[in-house]
Amino acid sequence: MSATRRSLLAASLGATMMPALPRLGRAQAANTIRIGVLNDQSGTYRDISGPYGVECTRQAVAEFGNKGFTVEVISADHQNKPDVGVNIARQWYDQGVDLILDVPTSSVGLAVNNVAREKNKAYINTGSATSDLTGAQCSPNTVHWMYDTYMLAKSTGGAMVKAGGDSWFFITADYAFGHALERDATAFIKAAGGKVNGAVRYPFPSTSDFSSFLVQAQSSRAKVIGLANAGADTINSIKQAAEFGVTRRGVKLAALLMFLPDVHALGLNTAQGLVLTESFYWDLNDRTRAVTERLKPRLKDIKPNMASIANYSAALHYLKAIADMGVPASKASGLEVVNRMKAMPCDDDAFGPGRIREDGRKLCPSYLFEVKTPAESKAPWDYYKLLQTTPAEEAFRPMNEGGCSLIRS
Amino acid sequence: MDEIFGIPAPLLFGQLLLGLINGAFYAMMSLGLAVIFGLLNIINFTHGAQFMMGAFAAWMLLEWLGLNYWWALVLVPIIIGFTGVVLERLMISRLYKLDHIYGLLLTFGVGLIIEGIFRNQFGSSGLPYRIPPELQGAWDLGFMYMPIYRGWVVVAALVLCLATWLLIEKTRLGAYLRAATENAPLVQAFGVNVPRMVTLTYGFGVALAAIGGVLAAPIYSVNPQMGTNLIIVVFAVVVIGGMGSIIGSIVTGFGLGIVEGLTKVFWPEASATVVFVIMAIVLVARPAGLFGRA
Repeated sequence: MSATRRSLLAASLGATMMPALPRLGRAQAANTIRIGVLNDQSGTYRDISGPYGVECTRQAVAEFGNKGFTVEVISADHQNKPDVGVNIARQWYDQGVDLILDVPTSSVGLAVNNVAREKNKAYINTGSATSDLTGAQCSPNTVHWMYDTYMLAKSTGGAMVKAGGDSWFFITADYAFGHALERDATAFIKAAGGKVNGAVRYPFPSTSDFSSFLVQAQSSRAKVIGLANAGADTINSIKQAAEFGVTRRGVKLAALLMFLPDVHALGLNTAQGLVLTESFYWDLNDRTRAVTERLKPRLKDIKPNMASIANYSAALHYLKAIADMGVPASKASGLEVVNRMKAMPCDDDAFGPGRIREDGRKLCPSYLFEVKTPAESKAPWDYYKLLQTTPAEEAFRPMNEGGCSLIRS
Repeated sequence: MDEIFGIPAPLLFGQLLLGLINGAFYAMMSLGLAVIFGLLNIINFTHGAQFMMGAFAAWMLLEWLGLNYWWALVLVPIIIGFTGVVLERLMISRLYKLDHIYGLLLTFGVGLIIEGIFRNQFGSSGLPYRIPPELQGAWDLGFMYMPIYRGWVVVAALVLCLATWLLIEKTRLGAYLRAATENAPLVQAFGVNVPRMVTLTYGFGVALAAIGGVLAAPIYSVNPQMGTNLIIVVFAVVVIGGMGSIIGSIVTGFGLGIVEGLTKVFWPEASATVVFVIMAIVLVARPAGLFGRA
């Protein structure tokens, strides 16, 4: 009996630690640029980017065409674990990967940030939300693409406070991302004269029942329940909030980070009326519709969201910088590639014109959307109404407030 | 307002109730595991995947065949239970003579494969499954707003647990089963078809997981990871209750649900860990588990 118990325990421990390191395909060629897309291929955040983020990167490579060097895209699953992510990043960079792209889950995103700097390679983060990537932990080798916690807090949080939601309770995922989002949102609420009644930090990623936290939030008498989480956690929180009638006494839910696939998974019946912020929506304008159409053979019935398509936008800009400075120079120093990217203006169909700041922040407008009612939605994936646009230069934290060591004030 | 340990009493009652609801899932899941382990000596790590398959089967019946929740509650355990029977016949039955660890590794691997297939097919954000119209709405209990559906889950789980316990402890069939665990050749000598009984027992344990999945579908989003989150906790429940103890798994399941619920109020960050802390303490103090026979 006790032998059984021991083997059971050993196996359940083993089950949680099975990082499978992906192998690189062909031998390294001097004239080949290698892009490694490192993201969640199997967990909570898979549908936000995952295999779709990889396809969007391939689309960028295809559209970029042949400029005298070849481009290879590889991908791996970091399972939302910093140790797994760091292992893969080290192995990739050592084996000649030139750029690591995507890397959602802020704890992993921040860990890979250090590896890229140490190895002097280029790193574009499109998946993590934490504003620390361009703040306290900024790095000259890192560019942070289409969003961060500050931008989300300013757009969604600011709009909620303006609409009368001046007392908040946070349900926060207990890791780097949740903490950053709660911190940035709290700053906006307080600046607008509101207050925070309390917060619970729940274990990530092992929580699927949020009813306890929702009931605690409700009894705090806050007018707004701020969900400082993402992916399946946000979906479960919203679903269970509806079940427990949390919103029936006029309490509002603020999903501080929500992506299009989350709305799709919830269904419009539950998601209608939610207010959220993204920096891309496929049906926003002619350019976004055009790029969505071009992606169709790769994504099939799925529409891109700001996270998956950011890989397209970022890879395209990166490849332009490589073409500009040549493959040998770019392989010599990731820092120089990032500097070249900062010196060149960005423009693509997904995010329009923009630029990359000295602290590594890519600037693009943020859009406040409201989720349509089932009656308003005319076609599959017709989910958002645009409420408000924040211009690129105002959407993000001013450079001198981030505490980034690259900036001399 | 009255306070207990600095927490308003109504809030505390609410949390106890919510803990009981989660405990219902733990109890149902660990019961299936206990039945399978008790009679087959197999540590069924596929259980989480089978729970998830139950939820997906309910979704498929609704979306593809238009069969509602109540049909799902009847059909899904039969369908998924049958897949369990096939799995037992084709693979697990070959391992009975080997060490437990082989069965554990096999079922663990099969669980991963099933989960991977569902993830490839359906993605990871999950699919919506609505609460059946008969169980929509909520009761206002004064101290909290209690969804009718959650109440139903607790009642259904209690009935299932009780029925299983009665079946195994009080019926003739149950007596055969228990006898076969003690001495299979002897029972076979009396003319009972032991291998078939063992196969059906595995199917029954799997069916319990599948019912759990159907009950969970309207609460959580139906997604491929839903079993993984649950299974590790449920194994801790089984270890605490005592491997193979039916009553132990039921009582521990509900009990730990409540402990976890209270932890969510006093120290939310630790709510995922508390079960394992208790497990460690129980292993040191009573290695056979609270209800196990040493």
